[in-house]
Amino acid sequence: MALLKVDNLTVTRGGSTLVDDVSFAIGKGQRLALIGEAGSGKSLVLRAVAGLLPPGTTASGSLGFDDQPMPAGTADRLALNGRRIGVLLDRNSTGLSPLRTLGAQLDAALARAGREGDRAAQRTELLQEVGLDPALAGRYPEALAAAERRRALLALALAGKPDLLIADEPAAGLDLLEQRRLLDLILRHCTERGMSLLLASHDLRTVAMLATKVAVLRGGKVVEAGEKQEVFGHPRHAFTRAMLSAGRHRARTLMRTPIGGTLLELRDVSRREAPGLPLLDRRPPKVRLEAVSFAIRAGESVAVIGPAGAGKSTLLRIVAGLERASGGELAFEQVPYHGSDLPRMLRHEIGYVFAEPAGSFNPRHTVGESIAEPLQLEMQKSVDELGARIVEVVRAVGLSPDILTRLPADFPLAELQRLAIARALVTRPRLVVIDEPIAALDIGARGEVLVLLNRLRADFGLSFLIATHDFDVVRVVADRVLVLDKGHVVEATTPAQMLDKPQHPVTQQLVASQLPDVGIVPVF
Amino acid sequence: MSALRHDPPALRIAIVAALLFLLLGFLSILWTPYPVTSLDVAAALQDPGGAHWLGTDELGRDVLSLLMKGILTSFVVAGVAVAIGALLGVPLGLAAALLGPYAELGATGVSGYLLTLPAFVLAVLFACLFGPSAATLMVAIGIANIAPLALATRDAIRTAAAPDYVAAGRLAGGSGLDLARRHMLPTILRLILAQAIAQLAVGVLAEATLSYVGLGTQPPATSLGLLLADAQAYAAGRPGLLFVPGLALLLIALALTIVSREIRAAAGDTTGGAHGAA
Repeated sequence: MALLKVDNLTVTRGGSTLVDDVSFAIGKGQRLALIGEAGSGKSLVLRAVAGLLPPGTTASGSLGFDDQPMPAGTADRLALNGRRIGVLLDRNSTGLSPLRTLGAQLDAALARAGREGDRAAQRTELLQEVGLDPALAGRYPEALAAAERRRALLALALAGKPDLLIADEPAAGLDLLEQRRLLDLILRHCTERGMSLLLASHDLRTVAMLATKVAVLRGGKVVEAGEKQEVFGHPRHAFTRAMLSAGRHRARTLMRTPIGGTLLELRDVSRREAPGLPLLDRRPPKVRLEAVSFAIRAGESVAVIGPAGAGKSTLLRIVAGLERASGGELAFEQVPYHGSDLPRMLRHEIGYVFAEPAGSFNPRHTVGESIAEPLQLEMQKSVDELGARIVEVVRAVGLSPDILTRLPADFPLAELQRLAIARALVTRPRLVVIDEPIAALDIGARGEVLVLLNRLRADFGLSFLIATHDFDVVRVVADRVLVLDKGHVVEATTPAQMLDKPQHPVTQQLVASQLPDVGIVPVF
Repeated sequence: MSALRHDPPALRIAIVAALLFLLLGFLSILWTPYPVTSLDVAAALQDPGGAHWLGTDELGRDVLSLLMKGILTSFVVAGVAVAIGALLGVPLGLAAALLGPYAELGATGVSGYLLTLPAFVLAVLFACLFGPSAATLMVAIGIANIAPLALATRDAIRTAAAPDYVAAGRLAGGSGLDLARRHMLPTILRLILAQAIAQLAVGVLAEATLSYVGLGTQPPATSLGLLLADAQAYAAGRPGLLFVPGLALLLIALALTIVSREIRAAAGDTTGGAHGAA
């Protein structure tokens, strides 16, 4: 008996078909994942099932729930959400009302689900279940951290002990530890209560962990569907195969740059931030970084890994000269600096790639203008030489120079990331600092970007300093790893050693929170 | 309302409507169908027709001419009030954003204090002290405009400085002013303009409200609020006299609000509505 049955679902907007004739069924206790890249229509399928299609879209086809057709009226339809169907759709905090405390919203969800009895006790139980402190019930959503909001949304979705949970990228944007905890929690509800799951994700590991069945979507159509083991083990469609192989990154290239002398050195670099007004606020300063010391040699690639808030980005921003260390000293080629006082004559030696390719290009400037911007550091060079330089770096990242006159909005994210890398290389730096090289990208583009980084490193003899929360990045592009936690370097090691014999508890936790590798599907 | 949000036709219609009203108002300086000062009691309370497109009022004045003069008064009072608010509010906002945490504490404190003084209360106060007139209205609404424009300026600078491309510009060796001009100024100007237009809408409504209760524009000058007040006595027999200035007021406020919101949306601010108004 199917709990949820979707027949010939088609969603259109204007003249374009976004979801094309999708059919599937989920039985009691089954867990189906829709896999696809951004724009494949997987989120729209979930929204259609939840009765929450965005305005301007029209749906046709039939939906059935528990052998009844889905109620047609909006009120009846939405009454089902929260009682029998839990919905976890929003990536951001928009699923929570900013105007009411978390507790009030949980109470409302419990009331909607028709649960009777002691509200306070149920609320506490619900919060504890998702791993939140019951004291947080009195807080407004803005006072919660991103991961806490994510869990609060899950608590709201689970308040009615639903038979079916609809979850869209449940772990997106969370760090490794949080991601693992959230997925474990969803899985526990599935296994303990027999809850069914309809999941959408572009992260194959999330799917491998949660789903029993998968359907691969492309351009709104289901191109392949079946049991997880079947599809992951013997993918039949070319797109599925390409996606699965993109999930397994090729190891480093054989070309290696010779490792030279010390390029960058950090000695006891610290950063503390005053929590409020200087002089007036007596609270102790917030420690972002504490006594961080390490060195990068020419041609070497060092990765910094750690949970969210560990200070990875702060470290990178100090090295690149965007922020200032409040203690300690850095030296690039023996020239001392403290961060934002990086001498102008050295600035062209350090390139920087931001975590969000979309945000790092001025939307009103052509990409050519943006890539040329750092060249003002080298005004002494001739215009011809600098022009040739731009063409060279754009070619080096695998794009054609004709695209330089277009605006950032015309590019997919993966190409913008290539352009961001080109901009970082345009001044011929010796060190490139990269914040989360692939976190913003679709799975298909991730492997390509890592291969590109390795090739550029060999071709240009670069050193890398990379912040990441992704073990693939560490494995593929790093020679050494620093594990950062709460501003401290807790372990400095090599990728192989970190994965085989993690020493520090934080490292052990991080390594243990890795999601299963795709391709060899583990059985839960 | 959210369906209108990124709808260029809505923006275009709103801009055209706002400009049309503005034109109608300023045209009245040069020309109106009939002089508004000449009374013709014999022709009082006529229905709309060939000679008087929108009819005449209880004193025989042409309603279309009155409406044009009234719109002019509304725009001038609201416009001068925005200028007063910007003159004091923008520097306050600049200080809050650029001069460090203590300047911000002071500037937001002043803004917060001003926000507790509604234009209405100020107008009553000024009317008592200096006698009711359009000038006291401009000052009262202008003071109420300071805080919203100060906060909008501060937030515009914050919003414009936040994106990574500003940091990329800094890494690329851009110096302060150059960086601001290349990457921040367009966003800042748009966001302040959006707030100024929102305050213009608020000013038009506040002028009408205050003139309606006799705290603002005085006869023989006219304004949309005075027209409403005059028409009230004849509302039963001649509802059109209420309807014309009322509708004009509604359309002006609506058009300005939509223009303001669309400019804000185009400048990339997704944080929500304008700052608190009068």
